[in-house]
Amino acid sequence: MTHTIEKIKTQRIKVSEKLVYVLETKKLNIYYDDFRAISEVNMKIERNKVTAIIGPSGCGKSTLLRSFNRMNELVQGSRISGEVLFHGQNLYAPDVDPVEVRHRIGMVFQKPNPFPKSIYENIAWGARVHGFKGNMDELVEYSLRQAALWEEVKDILDHSGLALSGGQQQRLCIARALAVQPEVILMDEPASALDPISTLHIEDLIRELSNHYTILIVTHNMQQAARVSDFTAFFNMNGDRSGYLVEYDNTNQLFTMPKNKLTEDYITGRFG
Amino acid sequence: MDDKSKETPVLRKTFENELQQLKDEILLLGSMVEQSILESVEALKKRDIPAAERILELDKKVNAKRYAIENQVMIVIATQQPMAHDLRLLASIMEINGELERMGDYAKGIATINIRMGEQALLKPLIDIPRMAQKGVDMLHRALTAFINEDVEAARLIPAEDDEVDALYNQVYRELITLIIQDPTSIERANWLLWAAHNLERVADRVTNICERTIFIATGKIKDIRSSDDEAQKLKNSP
Ligand SMILES: Nc1ncnc2c1ncn2[C@@H]1O[C@H](COP(=O)(O)OP(=O)(O)OP(=O)(O)O)[C@@H](O)[C@H]1O
Ligand SMILES: [Mg+2]
Repeated sequence: MTHTIEKIKTQRIKVSEKLVYVLETKKLNIYYDDFRAISEVNMKIERNKVTAIIGPSGCGKSTLLRSFNRMNELVQGSRISGEVLFHGQNLYAPDVDPVEVRHRIGMVFQKPNPFPKSIYENIAWGARVHGFKGNMDELVEYSLRQAALWEEVKDILDHSGLALSGGQQQRLCIARALAVQPEVILMDEPASALDPISTLHIEDLIRELSNHYTILIVTHNMQQAARVSDFTAFFNMNGDRSGYLVEYDNTNQLFTMPKNKLTEDYITGRFG
Repeated sequence: MDDKSKETPVLRKTFENELQQLKDEILLLGSMVEQSILESVEALKKRDIPAAERILELDKKVNAKRYAIENQVMIVIATQQPMAHDLRLLASIMEINGELERMGDYAKGIATINIRMGEQALLKPLIDIPRMAQKGVDMLHRALTAFINEDVEAARLIPAEDDEVDALYNQVYRELITLIIQDPTSIERANWLLWAAHNLERVADRVTNICERTIFIATGKIKDIRSSDDEAQKLKNSP
């Protein structure tokens, strides 16, 4: 169905189809004023795979995630050093437009946050802002189908997005993120506010979406990381509470035979 | 506040207890199996049919314990969602549990031979067969100790001792073949003993599998220390 949707905008960041790694950080440090929340992170994110970020509260998972689409810049006092590369190009280079970045790299938050508008408008609004000129009905249906929500809402598209259940609202937010046709979707604990069944729905959806999108997910639920992701990165805090990457491996390996004792202690629930 | 309360708390105390309990149960099952191997051979040596019948009863208890352990492992997996080392430990307990039960079956097999022999006398007094049992049980005992302590060094060394059991088996084999050649009517009685020896030879093979699991828990790698089903190799070594 993608072919029926016009490209939203000419893109300045070139897509390299050959690159296996869509995103990469090089010696990335992220600060809030003088406090270094993330230190010296080098990691590569593989295309069309799900990468999970796990670690204790406050180790900088959300901070890191936000740096992948320059959302951290919206926080006063926040700055970075090092590089975040997207298709090999520095996302923080002066000539890169943060709006385009957030369009190419979408985000879904912990608490479902639909706009207080109709289900239809929730999808259409963002696409319109990003200059979508094609058939809006098609885009709405396409996005809702991809988010596995279409069947449930196709007859109530004019109802308020807020009238949906929590799990449905979260899928609506995913549909909204998909409507602008991003390549990467960042998800910060997308299922932590949901009941177990809705959670499994979201997890299935994440697996499904990884056929077409690169997904980064922060989760506190280790079983969830194990279920949905291809790769897992474990972060911990230094003595100065600065977050660093402890171990990054394919998920099967990390959860059955982690190389680092800290990872082992964390995933087996013996983290002191 | 006393000093103790400042120490890092033992996290997942319930889970730790459950794992410890499963290890204890494996040791208990192991000692039941050791007992039935030794007693089945002792009963054969003495042609003690009531003792052989007690082995069959003991085997039922071994089977019941195996299923109880299996069930408990599944409950722990379902309720505690083990990862990494815990997961490898539980997978290994499941595997060793099955190995022990099958070792128990070899003892049962020897007891059954004893019962089937009925009134027939032993073809020869048993010397090497009890030695095989002793050696196999000794290996099993140390393999289980190594497993409980996660003593990888010991687990790597024990399987080599299988050679001694194989040597005893080959000796029994040659001896029985000689007897058959001397007196072809002894073939049936020789065959009973050959089967008993074969069962004991298999016990030692399965000890190797237990050692492999101990290594797996520590390293995450399943290493085929030596092929335990290498029957072809065994036959080649036989005369
Ligand atoms: N806007 C901010 N201003 C100042 N410090 C912040 C800000 N946001 C986060 N921090 C600090 O940065 C560190 C990392 O926070 P972050 O929210 O990224 O952690 P996290 O791993 O996502 O934690 P959680 O698992 O609890 O969501 C924490 O010490 C936090 O207090
Ligand atoms: Mg967070």
